[in-house]
Amino acid sequence: MASKTHAHETEKPEFYLTDEHHPEGSTMLGFWLYLMSDSLIFAVLFATHGVLGRNYAAGPSPADLFDLPLVAVNTAMLLFSSITYGFAMLQMERNAKAETLFWLAVTGLFGAAFLGIELYEFAHLIHEGAGPTRSAFLSSFFTLVGTHGLHVTFGIVWLITLMIQVSKRGLIPENRRRLMCLSMFWHFLDVVWIGVFSFVYLMGTLG
Amino acid sequence: MSSQPHAPAQEDAANTHHAHSHGHEAGHGSFRGYMIGFGLSIILTAIPFALVMSGVFDSKLLTAVLVMAFAVAQIIVHMIFFLHMNPRSEGGWTMMALIFTLVLVAITLAGSLWVMHHLNTNMMPMSPDMMKNMP
Repeated sequence: MASKTHAHETEKPEFYLTDEHHPEGSTMLGFWLYLMSDSLIFAVLFATHGVLGRNYAAGPSPADLFDLPLVAVNTAMLLFSSITYGFAMLQMERNAKAETLFWLAVTGLFGAAFLGIELYEFAHLIHEGAGPTRSAFLSSFFTLVGTHGLHVTFGIVWLITLMIQVSKRGLIPENRRRLMCLSMFWHFLDVVWIGVFSFVYLMGTLG
Repeated sequence: MSSQPHAPAQEDAANTHHAHSHGHEAGHGSFRGYMIGFGLSIILTAIPFALVMSGVFDSKLLTAVLVMAFAVAQIIVHMIFFLHMNPRSEGGWTMMALIFTLVLVAITLAGSLWVMHHLNTNMMPMSPDMMKNMP
């Protein structure tokens, strides 16, 4: 009797796998494809800035506005956060939960410092009358840099979420997978920032 | 993906707890790798900033070309040491996706700049008077 019902049950199609199995490779590839499509968004915004970046509408030019030492500090913040995220990944591989959380927190602080400096810069520009409505150059500048800043903001939200996850559940395979996705996202944002400081700030200042 | 010959081995490795980090090639680095990438990034960031801030070269074009060259170099450094890109990860599909994206990005950037440059040069010049009467 028991064996009969068992045989009956196995014939039933399984609609929901209680043992949720994520093959790790496909998640990473899928997330990589997301990053590639995200880089297309940035490519379009870079193209827009390339076209409009010299249209000052008789307003201030990048050489008047940009404070390169501040941009250098900002770049350093993001670069530091990249390397500290790398340390978090190395600690994750060692199965060291506390150390992983520590380096994730450091990463979050560097990311927050980056955002703080960027918001200060934006506020300063708008206060000087160089807001996004001043000229086509400033519209495209705020859109491009703002979109990157928004990505960093969401990255920090994701980072905090994962820190709570890891502290509650530990370094389970699911959390490792999530941390690896955020790792790719975080390093990707640093790659985009290389384009921003080179193309927007440095080339803009050159005129 | 499952049709690949090494896929079963990968799944076996993923089931055992710690060995799963060896199951796939992408995603992990070493302390040494991160530090090399970090050092190279600092150098490749500092040089373009120094070039622009000190104005070593009189030629703006030369400086601009150098800045972009350092940016490309640093992007490659980040790809290798931080994103752990290599031609073999995911059976080569990450690299294929990257190349495809790079082609699209190149078309988008070059095409936009080219078309808009032609529009700029071929449009009739506008005098300040005409500008005032624009809608």
